[in-house]
Amino acid sequence: MKLYLKIWRQKDASSKGQMVDYTLDGVEGDMSFLEMLDILNEELISKGEEPVEFDHDCREGICGTCSLQINGEPHGPDRLITTCQLHMRKFNDGDTIVIEPFRAKAFPVIKDLIVDRNAFERIQQAGGYISVNTSGNTVDANAIPINKDAADAAMDAATCIGCGACVAACKNASAMLFTSAKVSQFALLPQGQVEAADRVQNMVRQMDLEGFGNCTNTGACEVECPKGISLENIARMNREYLSATVKG
Amino acid sequence: MGILDSKIPSGPLADKWTKHKNDIDLVNPANKRNIDVIVVGTGLAGGAAAATLAELGYNVKTFCYQDSPRRAHSIAAQGGINAAKNYQGDGDSHYRLFYDTIKGGDYRSREANVYRLAEESVNIIDQCVAQGVPFAREYGGLLDNRSFGGVLVSRTFYAKGQTGQQLLLGAYAAMNRQINRGKIKAYNRHEMMDLVLVDGKARGIIARDLVSGEIQRHSAHAVVLATGGYGNVFFLSTNAMGSNVTAAWRAHRKGAFFANPCYTQIHPTCIPVSGEHQSKLTLMSESLRNDGRIWVPKRKEDAVAIREGKLKPTQLAEEERDYYLERRYPAFGNLVPRDVASRAAKERCDAGFGVNKTGEAVYLDFASAIDRYGKEKALTSGIKNPDNETIIKLGEEVIEAKYGNLFQMYEKIVDENPYKTPMMIYPAVHYTMGGLWVDYNLQTTIEGCYCAGEANFSDHGANRLGASALMQGLADGYFVLPYTIGDYLSDDIRTGAIPTDSEEFEAAEKAVRDRMGKLMSGTGIHSVDYYHKKLGKIMWNKCGMSRNENDLKEAIKEISALRKDFWENVKIPGSKDSKNQELEKAGRVADFMELGELFAKDALHRNESCGGHFREEYQTEEGEALRDDKNFKYVAAWEFKGEPKDAELHKEDLVYENIELKTRSYK
Repeated sequence: MKLYLKIWRQKDASSKGQMVDYTLDGVEGDMSFLEMLDILNEELISKGEEPVEFDHDCREGICGTCSLQINGEPHGPDRLITTCQLHMRKFNDGDTIVIEPFRAKAFPVIKDLIVDRNAFERIQQAGGYISVNTSGNTVDANAIPINKDAADAAMDAATCIGCGACVAACKNASAMLFTSAKVSQFALLPQGQVEAADRVQNMVRQMDLEGFGNCTNTGACEVECPKGISLENIARMNREYLSATVKG
Repeated sequence: MGILDSKIPSGPLADKWTKHKNDIDLVNPANKRNIDVIVVGTGLAGGAAAATLAELGYNVKTFCYQDSPRRAHSIAAQGGINAAKNYQGDGDSHYRLFYDTIKGGDYRSREANVYRLAEESVNIIDQCVAQGVPFAREYGGLLDNRSFGGVLVSRTFYAKGQTGQQLLLGAYAAMNRQINRGKIKAYNRHEMMDLVLVDGKARGIIARDLVSGEIQRHSAHAVVLATGGYGNVFFLSTNAMGSNVTAAWRAHRKGAFFANPCYTQIHPTCIPVSGEHQSKLTLMSESLRNDGRIWVPKRKEDAVAIREGKLKPTQLAEEERDYYLERRYPAFGNLVPRDVASRAAKERCDAGFGVNKTGEAVYLDFASAIDRYGKEKALTSGIKNPDNETIIKLGEEVIEAKYGNLFQMYEKIVDENPYKTPMMIYPAVHYTMGGLWVDYNLQTTIEGCYCAGEANFSDHGANRLGASALMQGLADGYFVLPYTIGDYLSDDIRTGAIPTDSEEFEAAEKAVRDRMGKLMSGTGIHSVDYYHKKLGKIMWNKCGMSRNENDLKEAIKEISALRKDFWENVKIPGSKDSKNQELEKAGRVADFMELGELFAKDALHRNESCGGHFREEYQTEEGEALRDDKNFKYVAAWEFKGEPKDAELHKEDLVYENIELKTRSYK
């Protein structure tokens, strides 16, 4: 199929960017979206032009590196997948595809379609862990039975790949879904209880400092999340936060 | 021989590690504050080591090319992690895990290392649960297990099909705690360009900031390389696009011996190649072989009809199918080790029984598991005389709960519903057992340069068993390296910070700049990927699942010629002083080309078949691997001598005191 691409090009963080048009022929349905961009880049290189830079690594939907706003949607039109899992069979011959970086004040553009998501790093550094040293002397793994439903719910929250689609989908560029998934994983497990109050307060404080917007319960984040992280996590984080604040 | 001292402690096997820990020198907590350690790579091994070293009090700097440590490719490991917990009461023990691993590795790994791994495996599970890793649990609240290939017990712990992700997030969380305390400084989107030696010791690295293009000098008292495997030398593999050999290869060029490069694991259950545009391959977890049955049609004409789209696999009756693993290996059936399963698939496809349009795929079928689980679920749900539809519905629910994310992944890529029609799979490059040679302390042949995880050669011999990579990465990172490195660092308590303005740093930085300049000066028309794909084709066709003398000799010549062409002609747009993904790839591919040549040389010299290394000249009449313990029971450690083809072989003889060497049989 033949495609008309409109791609955001930006030299570096301090330069001004713009949309640039490209036409690409010979695209097949079995190609992944990123393989389509690979072919475009090969063409650009052979013409002596600079290829379009985009983030990607595992190409199997788990590392969370790839991003891209495709026709206005993070990770494109399909559901429950990342951009690297999107296949060209979802598009038709003659389609125009608009490809932009994830847009958020807290995710500045580094180059072309690559954004800086270090804000997520700092939110996790503020408390996304259980303070246990590596000793080889922790209690036996089966010493504390954990209710299967709680363990499964913690796993569902822990499935977050930290890609930032939730932020890119949100009209307020809020990071509530991401932060709440991290808070929830530990809040649901007995191991996480000891530090629960400090954790939620520190992580929320950092989230606010990074310049993410507020949550207005629109739910776009849940729809676009490639891992199906539920809005219930946001409700849980709000409860955790309230109870931590009240208890002081 | 004297040059390779494995430093294996004396005494009985089961006491070696404890004794060694008691014997090695410690660094007192106040002195640890004066010692710097660089960790390159932040996957399971690097992330765990960095976190633990920082907890102990060392000043740690981590480097990763990804934008976050959490994205290292350990994250993609699906199936699980082994541990000799014996929670299932099926007779598991340290010894059995040790025995299975040595046997699975086709008797080409070190006894002492593997026993230590088995001992530490149990601590890993305790540690990870304490960190909040949400392993799968049973209704009673205790941890669940599944089984993996090559063993007869259930010792694999898992978190859905995302075990690597959850374990890596655990190690990353431990790192974050130390970053928050200021004990780890994380350099993300930075790549190690070279290792710096001062007075023969590893004392730092030259790194490139991948965003700004800035070349930086970083010094430390020791350098840990935990940079993963080199499967991408084949271009197509299940590795991440960025996975590379550069850090290990740069160390090799500076004096670290490279061991057993030809031991590559070709994983039997991957999604087949769909066309020339393919950029990477996707694994379907080995755990699927617990419930999936592998088959091809019994009659060649049926295979042809399927390839032409005239016949559907579901139309073939039971007796028209060849469940070739169950036929050839009745004891282990579909759960034979990976190398055996891969070769068996290749054998059937080469014989003309392949089932996709390229003829390079076999079926992995869940119909009987769906039926079995459906009936069981109907019984436990109190449904009497369930009809077929109900059974299938209930069975599919059970399969979905176990492997849902894998089935979804398959459907997205192939556009077929694997609940209704069998999956198509084919072997693909997945893991590399070879790597930098290390002694028992995980130190390379360069003093102060350590190597952990997939990047070293140590524990898996010639073939790795499923769910053992996560185990080794975390054992090295959490429980081995932080102890053993102290023994070396205890001599450095008075050294003080290592200056970066020395001649050695100066020279290393200049070499890095010159090399980049040379790469940018190519005058041809072809991109980096063009060369990488060519290299991959040579490797896959001539150094892949089966090898022979003639092909390997050709491969060496072809790679050498390709390398020359690459250095003269590769075309890299943009500048070296800013973000430039083509330049990043070029540096990595340049190193892959040198490694590829050494790989072929190693495969050529090893005149036997063992594990992942199958030489066509050395097989039994039935087509099984023919090992030669008399002549090849050693680790081949190669010393760099200017050109890969001139590398000098050093042998570390493998001594088996606790296990009798046998021909591996899974029949």
